[in-house]
Amino acid sequence: MPTAGTREAERIAREAYGRLVALAASRTRDLAAAEDAIGDALVAALAQWPRDGVPDNPEGWLLAVAKRRLADQARRAAVRAAAAASLAVTAERESEDGTVIIPDQRLALLFVCAHPAIDPAARTPLMLQAVLGLDAARIASAFLVAPAAMSQRLVRAKAKIKAAGIPFAVPDLADEPERLEAVLAAVYAAFTLGGEGGGPEGSPADLAQEAIWLARLLARLCPGEPEVLGLLALVLHCEARRPARRGPDGAYVRLTDQDPALWNGALIGEAEAALREASRHGRPGRTQIEAAIQSAHASRRQTGRTPWPAVAGLYAALRRLAPTLGAAVGEAAALLQAEGASRALACLDALDEERVATYQPYWAVRAEALRGVGLWNEARAAYERAIGLTEDEAVRRFLAAERGRSLRPEALHG
Amino acid sequence: MQYMLIAYETAADCALRDGPEAPAYWGAWMAYSKAVAESGIMIGGNGLEPPATATTVRLRDGQRRVQDGPFADTKEQLGGYFIVEVPDLDKALEWAARMPCAATGSVEVRPVLPPPPM
Repeated sequence: MPTAGTREAERIAREAYGRLVALAASRTRDLAAAEDAIGDALVAALAQWPRDGVPDNPEGWLLAVAKRRLADQARRAAVRAAAAASLAVTAERESEDGTVIIPDQRLALLFVCAHPAIDPAARTPLMLQAVLGLDAARIASAFLVAPAAMSQRLVRAKAKIKAAGIPFAVPDLADEPERLEAVLAAVYAAFTLGGEGGGPEGSPADLAQEAIWLARLLARLCPGEPEVLGLLALVLHCEARRPARRGPDGAYVRLTDQDPALWNGALIGEAEAALREASRHGRPGRTQIEAAIQSAHASRRQTGRTPWPAVAGLYAALRRLAPTLGAAVGEAAALLQAEGASRALACLDALDEERVATYQPYWAVRAEALRGVGLWNEARAAYERAIGLTEDEAVRRFLAAERGRSLRPEALHG
Repeated sequence: MQYMLIAYETAADCALRDGPEAPAYWGAWMAYSKAVAESGIMIGGNGLEPPATATTVRLRDGQRRVQDGPFADTKEQLGGYFIVEVPDLDKALEWAARMPCAATGSVEVRPVLPPPPM
């Protein structure tokens, strides 16, 4: 387990790396070369800083190491010219006393990563690699993609940035709100990998911390965009519940059964503050609604009950803005609590059969609704389908227990 | 494309087959198998008896060599396989991750060799 100090050193190293890469890439448009030039230095920093302490001038340290490595390579073999050029434009910012002043181009880099010309499947991986310096193998595991395929996807995306001349600039968000949506979607995708906000801590799927880091960065770089604050609130609320999501024996605990005392109050407070700040702008949007849903769940910590009709209403509003399968199933789950099983079933029955075929949450909610109306055999079949579509061993066990309880009452008692 | 999802189980997984956990073990595999079938991607598949039941044959220099046990004695043993028809490797990996043995053993995903051109 990494200690808090190790994590802090890693965070600072990645922060400095992202600034340097963003600056170099914004000048050369050659993201691959920028990563090449600074990547080795990041690896060195990740090995050294947790042990020896973080240097006073992290960017300067990385630049110095990058230059030394490049000089070594030049002696040994042909210089990687592009990497050298990349470093040169970055290094020119160094002042005489060795302090490096790095103008922050990371926001522009985030917009490049989520540019409409970039394959949507490559956007989140590109962000994680360019801005945080995560390696392709870790990203591939989190995305459940073959490492070779992920490397290829990343290489293609970087070639496209260079060849297509994608500008390193922050677009006018009033004219092009969809550009911001793409950035938010890519950050949120990192958060949701591996299920409900990342896998267990330390697992390769656990990119939740990185996603929160990106969300906080966005909120800092993009103040005044309510949807950015909405995203921050959304991921913080979900993260706050992580300690309650597993019982002491590792068993899965669903949201409605969680003990709110185990939720992280500090994260909830930060989330609520972000959401309040967002609402001051008077421009509601998809991400703010999603955060409001989580905020409604969080209110159980104070009131002792979940306002299910409000949750259902928020999901309905979300579906009007963004008709995703997740929102539809979320609404059905809320209706199940607010209005009963038959309302939930009606909502689920209206969904396209082909789209739900492999969507595990649909089958889990459907099973519970079927049980609610006393269709025992159908409920057990739906539970079985949900079990077969589950990746998580703890969820599988939970669903199997629920299926076991889905018997006609007389069968249970006698 | 057709992929074979090859299930490798640990010795501990295999032991679950007829221990007190047997209903949970078989239940998880049954559910997985049904989900594959109901999603319309099933080409075929089978579970296999435990590795101790295997017999391995080799012909070397005209000599027959028959050996008790599996081809390779490794920590994870071939427990069964599915062949599925899915659009690409990413989808095959999704199904591989859902296999009950993915959490303890491993799942190898390989494209099925298409028939040679006539």
